[in-house]
Amino acid sequence: MKQALLSICAAALGLTMAGQASAAGTLETVKARGKLVCGVSLATPGFAAPDDKGRMQGFDADICRSIAAAVFGDGDKVEFVPTNINTRFQALQSGEIDVLSRQTTHTFSRDASLGLDFGPTVFYDGQGLMVAKSLGVTSAKELTEAAICTLPGTTTAQNISDFFRAINGKFELVVFESPDENRAAFYSGRCEAITSDRSDLASIRAVANNPDDYVVLPETISKEPLAPAFRQNDSNWGDIVSWSVWLLMAAEEKGITQANVDEMLKSEDPDVQRMLGATEELGKMLGLDNNWGYSIIKSVGNYGEVFERNLGEGTRLGLTRGPNALWNAGGLIYSPPIR
Amino acid sequence: MADVQTLALAPPQPAPTAPRLGRLSAYFGTPGNTLISVLSIAAVVFIAKLAFGWLVVDAVFSGNGETCKAASGACWPFVAQKLRYMLFGFYPYDEQWRPMLALLLLFAAFLFSMMPRFWSRGLLLGWILLVLPVLYILMAGGVFGLTPVATTSWGGLPLSFMLSFVGLTLAMPLGIVLALARASNLPAIRVLAVGFIEIVRGVPLISILFMATVMLPLFMPEGVTIDKLLRAQVAIILFASAYIAEIVRGGLQDVPAGQYEAGSSLGLHYWQVMRKIVLPQALKKVIPPMVGLFIGFFQDTTLVTIVGLVDFLDTVRSAIRDPQWQGIAVLEGYLVAAAVYFTFSALMGAYSRFLEKHFRTTHA
Repeated sequence: MKQALLSICAAALGLTMAGQASAAGTLETVKARGKLVCGVSLATPGFAAPDDKGRMQGFDADICRSIAAAVFGDGDKVEFVPTNINTRFQALQSGEIDVLSRQTTHTFSRDASLGLDFGPTVFYDGQGLMVAKSLGVTSAKELTEAAICTLPGTTTAQNISDFFRAINGKFELVVFESPDENRAAFYSGRCEAITSDRSDLASIRAVANNPDDYVVLPETISKEPLAPAFRQNDSNWGDIVSWSVWLLMAAEEKGITQANVDEMLKSEDPDVQRMLGATEELGKMLGLDNNWGYSIIKSVGNYGEVFERNLGEGTRLGLTRGPNALWNAGGLIYSPPIR
Repeated sequence: MADVQTLALAPPQPAPTAPRLGRLSAYFGTPGNTLISVLSIAAVVFIAKLAFGWLVVDAVFSGNGETCKAASGACWPFVAQKLRYMLFGFYPYDEQWRPMLALLLLFAAFLFSMMPRFWSRGLLLGWILLVLPVLYILMAGGVFGLTPVATTSWGGLPLSFMLSFVGLTLAMPLGIVLALARASNLPAIRVLAVGFIEIVRGVPLISILFMATVMLPLFMPEGVTIDKLLRAQVAIILFASAYIAEIVRGGLQDVPAGQYEAGSSLGLHYWQVMRKIVLPQALKKVIPPMVGLFIGFFQDTTLVTIVGLVDFLDTVRSAIRDPQWQGIAVLEGYLVAAAVYFTFSALMGAYSRFLEKHFRTTHA
């Protein structure tokens, strides 16, 4: 009776008692809840942005769906929680979300001090600069005393300062609070250059009146490996996140697609058989269903499909694979063997 | 004495009859006034023409991002396509009749409660026992066959309304109690009230929201979390109550001491004096500043975007960044947001004037 009263009071206060569950590990919590809670950004086209029906679409959102598919066999059993730069790590630490898939750069200090671990890099980004073609500049080193538009916070401003200090260049940083102001300021000529991650520059360029008037300079002034993050000291959950991502990559390497995954179940290739759970019991080792790999591909497709659908040349962002091509095609995307 | 007599007997001064075209002479009486009036009229006509051109003549009424990009006017297809998202955010699409119904119910309940003739204890009970639970059940679901929807999926206009109006409604009694406590004769109660009010007023709303959403969970025992929405709501209630308390205190000071003494000498105890004599007079006097505070708070709730709640302004902003429309329909989105905030702020202002008129009594 006392217990019942206590839980009624807790419910009335909006308290969620997840005590036992957190001791048991994230996977059990997620399974008991019946859905994955995934932290994403609110409005970053290509990575995570709501469509007209309020459904999250994008690269980061599909990473969430693949993890949900691995756990539940259904990529739609995921609840997206919009997080912002200020609250994203705290949301993970406090258990509000199970995994953070929000264009987050894997860095030493985040890994070491925030009580979280990072999964495999899902997208290799880097900070770049964009200028108007009419400026006649072909390298960032030629930008002297330029006004450079950027957004506040994160590491963008620091990277650009480091870059110009290293080449003894002078510049003026013009900081805008919102992406819309930032973009408008650049296009109205307030700044000679605009700096951001290259993927972001591509989306800024895509909305110019005439995208061909602008050029992204060749220098990449920082390394921004974007990776999903999860709470540390939960190896099993970390393995599930990491191998869900790696399976996407391995599937592209093996040519398994959303369309042909059913035929691939009959494949003679032992790697494919293992990945899709036709032979051996890899899923069970992670505490998942044996068809976890099949479910992932059935839900979102392979890495290449996820990339092309959200960021690729057919989209408004129009990104080329670049460093995000498979290792055997000159890129950095490499999955450890799934066996 | 004679002077007084003559003054008293003097016939009432006839109101100075305005000369013909008196109204116009105020605007065109002197060359300076004429110049200013003509310039103002020209400016108004010019701006109206620009606005009409942009809103209607050059506007695009059907099509997509590309047609809008080519045109120079407003892009209404954007608003049409994104309206549902802007209003309800991430609330599951097929279930969006629920927040819609909740909004309508809230409006109806407010409209009803706004009429002084219905004010009674029953109305208060109705809010607590009927309106708020029904709103919550509609939004959250989980019973009567409604799909459960987590508070993290609540967004858009219902969220903004809940945070501001429910917050202010609940902050009101708390603020009145704080004001009474601050005026109390008991030092311990007074010190507590002053301490609370000054601390809360001395800190920006943003930092209180941050404390509630970022710091608080770290103090909680492991595995126990309080719903993020509830944390923000409580933060807003506490913050608003401190400001309401100070406004009400101003009203209390304005009530003459004789009113308290008269009440006491009738044998009424403290609460009766307050409820039947002092507070009705005090609250009546503070209607204009109170409504000013309410309007301010209605707009301040947009700050919750900082702590990751997706309120109406935030859904509008994220709709603008949709890749299909990015950089094309910025102004249109903000115009929708401005129209909604303006409408409700103006309604509150109008209601304030109505209340002032309704309670205008003369103590001659």
